[in-house]
Amino acid sequence: MALSRVRTGIVALIFAVGLCQSFSVQATDLDTVNFSSVASATELEDMRARVARLAGEDAAVQQQALRALVEVGDVATLDRLEQVLENADRATRVAVKPIKTLLKNKLSLTSNDEAVRRAAASDLGASGQAVAVPWLEAAAAREPQYWVRYAMEESAALLSLVGEDPVARAAAARTLGELKSQNALPALKELAQQLSGGAGALNANNLVRSAVTTAIERIEVWSVWAGVFETLFRAVSLSSILLIMSLGLAIVFGLMGVINMAHGELMMVGAYATFMTQELFRAYLPPSIFDAYFLASLPIAFLVAGAFGLFLEATVIRFLYGHPLETMLATWGVSLVLIQLARVLFGDLTAVTAPAWLRGGAQMLAGVYLPYNRLFIIVLSIVCVVGIYTVLFCSNLGLRVRAVTQNRNMSACLGIPTRTVDAYTFAFGSGLAGLAGCALTLVGNVEPGLGQNYIVDSFMVVVTGGVGKLAGTIVAALGIGSLNKFLEPSFGAVYGKVLILGLVLLFLQLRPSGLFAVKGRHAD
Amino acid sequence: MSDKGSIIYLEGVVVDYDGFKALNHLNFIVNYNELRVVIGPNGAGKTTLLDVICGKTKPSRGRVIFSKDVDLIGKPEDEIAKLGIGRKFQAPSIYGNLTVWENLDLSLKRDSKGVFPTLLSRSTPTERERIATTLETIGLRDHPYRRAGSLSHGQKQWLEIGMVILQDPALLLVDEPVAGMTDKETEQTGVLLQALAEKHAVIVIEHDMEFVRQIARTVTVLHEGTVICEGSVDVVQADSRVQEIYLGRQKVGH
Amino acid sequence: MRISWSNTSHPASDGQPIGVRPNGVFWLIGLFLLVILPTLNVLPGEDSWLYVSDFTLNRFGKFLAFAILALGLDLIWGYTGILSLGQGVFFGIGAYCIGMHLMLTIGSESVYGSALPDFMVWNQVKELPVFWAPFHSFLAAVGLGILLPMLSAWIFGLLAFRSRIKGVYFAIITQAVALSAWLVFNRNETNLGGTNGLTDFKQLLGFRLSEPGTQRMLYVVTVLALGGAYFLCRWIIQSRTGKVLLAIRDSEQRVLFSGYSPANYKVFVFVVSAGLAGLAGLLYVPQVGIITPGQIGVLPSLEMVIWVAVGGRGTLVGAIIGAISVNFGRSLLTNYFPELWPFFLGGLFIAVVLLFPDGLVGLMRYMKPDAIRSLLVKAPRAQDEARP
Repeated sequence: MALSRVRTGIVALIFAVGLCQSFSVQATDLDTVNFSSVASATELEDMRARVARLAGEDAAVQQQALRALVEVGDVATLDRLEQVLENADRATRVAVKPIKTLLKNKLSLTSNDEAVRRAAASDLGASGQAVAVPWLEAAAAREPQYWVRYAMEESAALLSLVGEDPVARAAAARTLGELKSQNALPALKELAQQLSGGAGALNANNLVRSAVTTAIERIEVWSVWAGVFETLFRAVSLSSILLIMSLGLAIVFGLMGVINMAHGELMMVGAYATFMTQELFRAYLPPSIFDAYFLASLPIAFLVAGAFGLFLEATVIRFLYGHPLETMLATWGVSLVLIQLARVLFGDLTAVTAPAWLRGGAQMLAGVYLPYNRLFIIVLSIVCVVGIYTVLFCSNLGLRVRAVTQNRNMSACLGIPTRTVDAYTFAFGSGLAGLAGCALTLVGNVEPGLGQNYIVDSFMVVVTGGVGKLAGTIVAALGIGSLNKFLEPSFGAVYGKVLILGLVLLFLQLRPSGLFAVKGRHAD
Repeated sequence: MSDKGSIIYLEGVVVDYDGFKALNHLNFIVNYNELRVVIGPNGAGKTTLLDVICGKTKPSRGRVIFSKDVDLIGKPEDEIAKLGIGRKFQAPSIYGNLTVWENLDLSLKRDSKGVFPTLLSRSTPTERERIATTLETIGLRDHPYRRAGSLSHGQKQWLEIGMVILQDPALLLVDEPVAGMTDKETEQTGVLLQALAEKHAVIVIEHDMEFVRQIARTVTVLHEGTVICEGSVDVVQADSRVQEIYLGRQKVGH
Repeated sequence: MRISWSNTSHPASDGQPIGVRPNGVFWLIGLFLLVILPTLNVLPGEDSWLYVSDFTLNRFGKFLAFAILALGLDLIWGYTGILSLGQGVFFGIGAYCIGMHLMLTIGSESVYGSALPDFMVWNQVKELPVFWAPFHSFLAAVGLGILLPMLSAWIFGLLAFRSRIKGVYFAIITQAVALSAWLVFNRNETNLGGTNGLTDFKQLLGFRLSEPGTQRMLYVVTVLALGGAYFLCRWIIQSRTGKVLLAIRDSEQRVLFSGYSPANYKVFVFVVSAGLAGLAGLLYVPQVGIITPGQIGVLPSLEMVIWVAVGGRGTLVGAIIGAISVNFGRSLLTNYFPELWPFFLGGLFIAVVLLFPDGLVGLMRYMKPDAIRSLLVKAPRAQDEARP
């Protein structure tokens, strides 16, 4: 009882606002709006009286009133609504809120920002207000951007689905099927259940039912493909993360036979370098160029981590050549110190705000959405691979690195300063770790334990990939990353990981020194 | 000599390192009690030949038959060693942190070299005597308890030869035994190898032609993974192809 | 102890130039740990300066349990040169075996009063999982606590060593095993108590674990077990098999071409070290009263390596000294300066590797007190000559 009275009151109120709005000139010009709202303020008292009178009207009239209001509603209406609501009690405000949202969304459909248009369309679709159908259709006809138009059509169809007219409903179901709308699946399923459960199996119902069943089938088939595609993308994404982490590790391993256990912590250094760059931009530079901080942080992370690496090489690694196991232990000690240092300096948790151009994502297909940050990491890892190949095969340092990797003694005899090459390579590998750390800030928090999360996986990548050939690392990263994502749905993340370890172990049975082991007389 | 047949018989052996054929349809036979020297320019496949015989490298094609009918292909190295094939490596491969005596003791031929028999085994007087004799043979009589790592290069080479001798192999594979030795040591090594050939078949890889002349009865010349020529030192040196390959190469190389 | 002793009384190998009988100092330390410490716990009044508190004794018991593990690790790393970063897993298997037995003996004393362990009630497990059943028996728990680690080491070792995975590769793979084990033990559905592990134990064989007397007994058992482990390891390293292990570290190729199968020897030493780690786990849990996945993962496994490194790898006494001193330092530092412990541990790793590769034993030897020196029969370090 109370609820229905509140509802009636609200509708009446809105009717009143609608009336008052009809006095004003329909215009979107801001001045006019202000003027009209001021003008209408004088009539508010009168309107309140009408509200009281309208409270008794029957539902059809109310519906009509609502329609009248929202059909013509514009910025001014919204504004006026706010004013009327200013003094209204809480219950009324809460009840009017959906209508306000409806209006807001309607206005947003013509916004200049495509994200706003799209969000409005989706919101309207979820609102269940059939009044919105014509707006959405009109907006869709004007809409230039494919995925926004998609959202509008989808929402329109979703709203028509619950209408009265069986033909329209069937058409809506068909449209949703054509659109392969993932969002509509729950609604369609519910509808299918209702229809099959309905006692009066009319012809009209049959029409809708068959349309709904076909639509569900189409969407489900599509969603399998979309799922495959999405898993594929996630696999590539994880692989790229693994790859970017393993590259530096692999180069150093190939050259010096050393696994740097502090590699994860060099990534952490890169991540904190990114964080510091962000803070500096925020503090000292105009906000307009704030978003550029991430681009700036890429070279900074590279250089800072590279400098750490150079220092590490000069103070620890240098003295341990030819002792790979000892090097592992010492670098693990370094990693402990670095983690604790970060904890003391920065506390436990900080985060980097991704720049605007890396937020959100690209819609590729219905139900397939690719976040920009992941895409960025994929691109970055490709750039790194290309960069490394360029350095290795087109530069003097690269030539020396390859020479020392293949035969250290002979290179030394030929006058290559192998120790210097080692130092630079180690610094370069560390710099790559810094880049990886910078990339990781896009997908997670910046915390002292950041490097620990994936590091064992990237060790596995390097070991599986084998020594001396980057191709091995790339293939291994892709393989382990993809396996991880493909096993995850059926085994869960934990058992998937355990299974991968087992597979790597079995793989090493066949190829004990990795994918692309060097054969021949230097094999041992 | 050849009435007992061959001790090692290789037929059509191919070893492929990523497209590079280290051995290319190699045929190679050594008889019992033969001392065979294998020479050839760098990369001719000499060391690979030994690797194939002792099981370190698996050929992609061909047959390797030891003694009468023991197929060596696919057998693990330790089993091949136990069958009676001993290998001395180019770079001395000894246990630097064990004493000379322990080095020899571990190499001694025993019925079982499994973990548990070894755990419980004790040296018999005969075994001790054999080790003592070998110490004498390799000139390390005065240093049985010295850490092997502290020996000179030549002494290490000999120690390794001694270790291989104690394995009592029917076939000994020796890879450049005199590399890095003084003239005197070289000569002594030659004598040692010739003495060994009395009882064992020996395959020696060598570059030093002086040394080859000292010890060799039959010489095999390898080039690009196949046998070019086989015969006495004089015959080989007179062969025109050998001269072309060897000397021609040397001119380019130096 | 006696049995092992009789074996070591005559040297197994002729190549051994130095007599290696346990001498006075060794027996003194044994006497101190086995008799004097527990006596000082019982006899003097609590205000006497000689008094060893229950807490201290208990803590020492824990360190000595770790020392057993360190012995095994030393066998595989110090002597054979194989770095295993997964010892924590074997320790964990042993620890969970006895932990499960202790959980089952709680019985109706548990918070929920159910025969099932509390965490199962909490996770709404209705019936005891089948694999828990054998752990009703104490003997089965102890047996499995040693045999299961050995079995897993055997399987893993066969896979790894037969295919000649070695060096850095082996270290990384074992680390991955430690990570996997940690992940699996953390899961609730494995019915091992999840992140919280197993705890709240009440009794062992009818003795209350909260009683100082029980803890004293456990301490004595640990000392005896450590002694036994020590003599076992000594026996192994002085046998010809021990020489083969050292030989593998120096030149695996030569071992192989001498007719030994290095893989089998590695599997053997790996299995022994796993058994010792399991034994350490068995002794650790009733004394400490809790076992969680956090104690068996990647980091603890790495820390175990540093015990051996600090003490001096390649000497059995070094492994024991290292395990005790590092853990003693840990409990001191984490008590007073918790923030400093990671710096200290990390610094220790770096310093030991860079500056004192022979650890504390190496330092002591350098100072050359003869009595200590003769005790520390050391296997020489690998690759001494390779060092520039």
